Order: sequence, then C-alpha cells, then structure tokens
Amino acid sequence: MSRIKTAFLDLGHMDTLSGRDTFAHRIDPRAKLLTTLIFIITVISFGKYEISALIPFFIFPAVMISLGELPVYYLFRKILIVIPFAVMIGIFNPLIDREILMRLGPFSLSGGWISFCSIMIKFTLTAGSVLVLIACTGFNSVCMALEKMGAPRVFAVQLLFLYRYIFVLIDEASRMANARSLRSFDGKGKGIKVFGYLLGHLLLRTIDRAQRIHLAMLCRGFDGEIRVNRRLEAGIREVIFTIAWSAFFIAMRFYNIPLIAGKLITESIL
Amino acid sequence: MHMADALISPAVGGTVWAASAGLIAYCSKKVRDDVDDRIIPLMGVAGAFIFAAQMINFTIPGTGSSGHLGGAMILSVLLGPYAAFLTMASVLTVQALFFADGGLLALGCNIFNLGFFPCFIAYPFIYKKIAGEKPSQNRILIGTLAASILGLQMGAFGVVLETLFSGISELPFGTFVLMMQPIHLAIGIVEGMVTAAVISFVWKSRPELIQKTTSPAPSGNFSLKYVLTALLAAAVITGGILSWFASSHPDGLEWAVFHTTGSEELETPGHGVYSLLTKIQGKTAFLPDYNFKTSKNSDIKKPEPASIIDSGTSVSGLVGGALVLVLAAFIGFALKKRSGTRSHL
Amino acid sequence: MSHHIVEVKNLKFTYPDGTCALQDISFRITHGESVAVVGENGAGKSTLLLHLNGYLMSGNGIIRIGDYPLTKETLKEVRRTVGMVFQDPDDQLFMPTVYDDVAFGPLNLSLPPEEVDTRVDNALSTVGALHLKSRPPYRLSGGEKRSVSIATVLAMSPDILVMDEPTSNLDPRARRKLIELLKTFKHTKIIATHDLDMVMDLCERTIVIHKGQVMADGPTAEIFMNQELLAESHLEKPLRMQGCPVCGKT
Repeated sequence: MSRIKTAFLDLGHMDTLSGRDTFAHRIDPRAKLLTTLIFIITVISFGKYEISALIPFFIFPAVMISLGELPVYYLFRKILIVIPFAVMIGIFNPLIDREILMRLGPFSLSGGWISFCSIMIKFTLTAGSVLVLIACTGFNSVCMALEKMGAPRVFAVQLLFLYRYIFVLIDEASRMANARSLRSFDGKGKGIKVFGYLLGHLLLRTIDRAQRIHLAMLCRGFDGEIRVNRRLEAGIREVIFTIAWSAFFIAMRFYNIPLIAGKLITESIL
Repeated sequence: MHMADALISPAVGGTVWAASAGLIAYCSKKVRDDVDDRIIPLMGVAGAFIFAAQMINFTIPGTGSSGHLGGAMILSVLLGPYAAFLTMASVLTVQALFFADGGLLALGCNIFNLGFFPCFIAYPFIYKKIAGEKPSQNRILIGTLAASILGLQMGAFGVVLETLFSGISELPFGTFVLMMQPIHLAIGIVEGMVTAAVISFVWKSRPELIQKTTSPAPSGNFSLKYVLTALLAAAVITGGILSWFASSHPDGLEWAVFHTTGSEELETPGHGVYSLLTKIQGKTAFLPDYNFKTSKNSDIKKPEPASIIDSGTSVSGLVGGALVLVLAAFIGFALKKRSGTRSHL
Repeated sequence: MSHHIVEVKNLKFTYPDGTCALQDISFRITHGESVAVVGENGAGKSTLLLHLNGYLMSGNGIIRIGDYPLTKETLKEVRRTVGMVFQDPDDQLFMPTVYDDVAFGPLNLSLPPEEVDTRVDNALSTVGALHLKSRPPYRLSGGEKRSVSIATVLAMSPDILVMDEPTSNLDPRARRKLIELLKTFKHTKIIATHDLDMVMDLCERTIVIHKGQVMADGPTAEIFMNQELLAESHLEKPLRMQGCPVCGKT
C-alpha cells in the first residue's frame, strides 16, 4: 500500500521536476531525445572490460543535472532501486571469468570483476541519462518529440492517454488497497481471491471510465483522429546542442582521454 | 526481468528495436483502421490500469512473498492482440522513462519479450485455441493460465538469447536457461492465476466484454505469417545497417552479420565506414578494444592472455579515470553555481 | 432564434439489460431558458442527458435540437450545438495539458491554428483559468478542474449547455464562484443536479423526474413550495427554504 503512494509521489515528483524552466528544460525535446539515444548507444558500444574510457561520459549527465537544477541524490537513489537485475546477471561474471587481467601491487583483479564494474558503470550512465532526460523534458514533450520524429500517432496518443490516467487510476487503486488493508487482519483477506475481486472491480470501473471518456470525446467532435496543436521549435541552438554532444561522445569513444591523462601523470612522476 | 541497456550490445538492441518498432507501426495501423474508435480511450485507461494494478499485491499462500498482475494476457483478452501490444509497449515505455526500469535501447527488447510473445503467440495460439469459439468459465480459466505461463516462458527465453548474443554477461547458455526458465515458471503460474481470477470475474459480471474479442471478429483475426515475415525483414535490414555502422565493435555484431549474410567473410569489407574506422583505430594504438579483446562466444570463453595488459596501462587508466571523474563533478558543480547565481540576480 | 430550442417528445428508453430508464418524457425548452432537472438517484436524469447529445438513441420518441431532429445525419451538428459538461472532470479532461484539452474540440472542427488559439484563450479567460493553460489536468484542484471542463465546452461555442451535477465535490467557495460564473452565461442551460439551492439561484424553471417520468414541470419557486410533490419524488426543500436550525424560523 505504501508502495502505491510512493510510486504516485514519485511520478508526481519527476513531473514537477520536468515543469521547471531552465536552459536544459527549454531545449527542444527532439534534440534531447536524440542526444540521449546517441549517448546510450556510444556507452554500450564499449567492450566489456572497459572502465576508464567510460568515465568522461559522466560529464553529460553532470552537465544536464546542473543546467536543469535536478537533485543528484534523488536521481541516484532511483537508479539504485532498479540496479538489482543488472547485478543479478552481472555477478556471474566474476564467478566465471577468473582470469587475472590487472595487478595493482598486492591486489589482483580478475576479468570478471572488471567486466562487472563495467556493467555497473554502464548501467548507471544509461539509466541516469534516461532519468535526466525525463526530468528535464517531461513525458508529454517526449511523446510529442516521438511523434514528430516519426512514431505512429496512435502510439503517441496512447502514451499520452496512459500517462494522463495513471494519476487517476493509481489514486483509485490506492483507495481500494486502503479499504482492503483496513479490513484485513492476520493476513486474511490479502490472498489471491480477494485480489482477483479487487482488480476485477477496478478493471470494470476502468472500462466504464473509458466509455465516459469516449463520450466526452465524441461530444467535442472526435472522429477517430486526435489532433494536437503544438508547435515544436528547433533552432540553431538545438542543432548545436545535438552535434556538439554527439561529437564529444564519438571523440570519447575513440580516444581514451583518462588513459592519456593518466599516462602523462604517471610518466611524469616516475 | 526487464533487460537493461548495460547488458545488451548496440547490434542486438538495435535489431530487436527495429522488430518492435515495426510491430508498433503495424499495430498502430491496425488500430487506426478499426472502425470502432472507442478502443482509443480504452487502450489508454487499460494501460493505466495495468500500471495501477502492479502496485497492488497479494500474499502468495505459504511463502510470505507477494505477487502481482502481469499485463499482456489480460490486455489481449480485453482489447485483442494489436491494441494489447500497443498498450503493453506504452506501459513499458513509461516504466523505462520514469523508473529507469529497462533503458531506452533495451526498451525494444522488453517490448518484444513482454509484448510480442504473449499478444501474438500465446494469445492466438494458446488462449484462443483453448477458449474456443464458445468460451466457458473453465475454458477461459485454463486458457488464460496456460497462455500466461507459456507467454512468460517465451519472454524469459528471449531475455536469455538477447543477453547471450550481446556477449556482455559471462553466463553460459545452459546455466542461464536453467536459471531463468524455472524462475519465470513460478512467476508465470502466479501471474496466470491472478490473470485468470480477474478475467473470470469480468466474465461473470460482464461476459460481453470478453466475448467481443473471442469471437472471430476482425480484431482477433490475423495472419501470423505476415507478422513473422515483416519481422524478419525488419531484422535483416537493421542487422545489415547496424553491422555496417558498428563494425568497430565486432563481438556483439558477429551474430547479426553471420545471420544476415550467412557467412562470416563479409565481416571486414575493405571500404566505406569500416575501413575509415580501422584507419582511425590504427592511428590510436592504445585503443581499449585492442587491449581487451573479448571472446567470440560467451559459452566457450577464451579471454586474451592477460600479459597484453601491463599493469602500467591499468594504473594510468585508474589515475586518469579518477581525474576525469573529479573534472566531471567539478564541471557540474561550477555550472550549478553559475546558474544558481544567475537565477538570483 | 428558433435554433436554440430543445424539444423532447414521448421519449422512452430501456437499457439492454432490461432496466426501463425513461418512460414517456416530453418537454420543450426555448431560447435562453435555464432549466433544472431534478430527481432522486436513478430517476433517469443522466439517461435523459445522454439522449440530448445523441450518445444514446432510442427508436421511441423524438428529440429536436434547434432546427434539426436528432438523427445519425445531424449528430455532428447537434454535438457542436449542445455542449456537455460531465459530472467527473477527470472523464472530460483527457489531454496532457489544459491547453490541449480546450483545443481538442476546436481542432476537431478543423479551425485554423490561430483561431484555435484565440478560442482557447477566450474560453479560459471566461472561466478565469487562463493562468492554468500549460498545467496538466492532474495538477488542478477540484474547482479548477470544473472551470476548465466548462472551458473545454465553451471553446466549441455551443448554443446550449448541458451540465451533470456541476457543483458536486466542490468546496463551498468554489461552488459559489461556479454559480456566479454560470449566472453570466447567456446560453440555454439544462442542469441535472441534487443541489436545489443552486437551482434556486440559477434556474427559473424546474423539471422533476421520478422513475423515468416527468412528475412536474414549472417555475422553480412553485415546485419547491409543493411539499407533497417533493416528498413523493424523494426530494426535500432547499436548505434555504427550511427552518433555521437554531431559532426554527423560516
């Protein structure tokens, strides 16, 4: 039950973040979406033992977070919540791949641990960039961007509708779950049977709601086509944004700056 | 069991995305051509319902753990496969964007695993075969249960294959299958039972809602051959494009190239982007790809001898990495300060 | 101005499950009238309203909106003429932002984008909600949602406003503001409600429905004085007309 509330507040919080007005928020959503995609593809195109070359990629989310004035800790916690699946799959690497790939004095690291770390870094980067995208763009704008970039309108509209009614239905579901838990004792009443009735009722109510929404749409001239009057404006700023970041990502893909810098330092010390 | 970006290679992610995108386009067209425009708001709220329903859980008897509703089968029964697939795709998109549950690139895989298999395989070939033309309470129950379980098994197998072909995880095929399938059998049974409970509730109170999609009306009637052909075509085309684009990273791609061309010889064409990329790589001798060459197949692992990576390189990497990390944090911090003072002015 | 007339003649309706919701309803509303439709829960008010914009159509009886009899052919025109405000604003506000929602109708009328913008601005400023334009509907209070719902309908510039329980779920102040707003509208208004005090403020005429039939149709003041009629239709005098709970005076 508290989970429902948390999820609801969470959606609401992300939504609030995306409603701010900063430089990061003002950039056309298409530019941000495209840049994030290029970012993710570049990050995951690295070999599985790569660590140092991935580090410069933290610059992109860091810049967006500060430009968008987003809460770092909050986003980081959101990543931690979903990391278990990646850990579950990745943890087998150290168990299976025991070949020593790196020695640092008395410590030796097996390839498995390196690739595990690499997975974790990639996960943080990719998941983080998606959260940053949504927090400084907003879901509706991402949907509009998708539609303008060629996604079928039916799908874009479906996303918008879904997002609109998540707020209503989560509220409804949490009221039902509350009503159930207030009247169930010693775990009785929380079994599958009651659950089936509960969801069944919610589903029927949802279908009735769909009917009323359809009626409301018909009353305002709906004819099967949803029209949205929204002009997205992409100017030179967006072009520069996309190209500059993409160039940076690709450069970082081919030149391992940390390694070069590190070499310079270690060589000058030695 | 949502795939994450960090576990897939661009080639696998891109190929499966193309398949999913093709399906989305195809289903969108089908839904738009449907004369009954009531489906549009219904899909929207049904998606929100799946989302809200996942937040309510129930206690699994005897275990103390809790389960929740899986979405695709209930959507298929209510909306028919096309609308159900679109709705499932939208639910997964929201999860990917807001909860970072499966990334943007892995979203294609997740839509495919959790949408395609239940909506286009399990629903028409298992549920409808069992429920039949004149469904009864028991037929619906058994059909839902069987279709949910098998749909999830196929999805889990999809996860295994996608992970394997990406070559990021070291898990051998056999172990991975033995791990994933039983776990998802358990999940599938629970989800199937819940789905069956909800559907039978709806069947009892409003049978017309379920009959509509069960009858051989246009919404439930489609040719699998067509879907599969389109899917294959999409996969081949993107496989080809991606192999050309990403050949600087051969490990994940070999599979795609191998499958699209039928031979591994095409792997290194001496012209175009690939040769350009090799030239660039040739000039930058310390490129990580060449230091850490990964094995071709995850199940027969043979890592490069460790000797090629001298500890000097690794130390440099670590020192430099730390340096850049500090730099990244500093850039972020500096920008924040600047924008902070500006907004106060 | 004959096109603002609403005429219902011998309307009968039975739901597919056999529930007889309306049996022989007839009335006629002329231009500029403000009419309340009152009656107990399940009396058939909502079913009646759903007929006025052609969502439900029964073979029995005739409905005329303006110059048109309501048929499949005139449906589009009728829906433009009759603006319907629903009981639950969450059903009516289905688009991502207030702007999109108010623009939904005008866009479906295939108006040029600039005209759509003007209409949205006008409708929103009429209900005093222009500042909410870029907000998503789930970030509005109950009263704001109601105002925006009304704006979505106003943007279609309807001649007739049909409202289902406009004051439900509103706090006293939002309710008062809404009543003041509705007073300023020159449209023909048909309001189904249990809020009889609002009826006294807004509607000079009241139609009482009981078990799918018209029990009474006349001036509001007369109907609310008829104790017997009210009791039979499961209604009560508006609070304002009842005795003061402290001193007992009326």
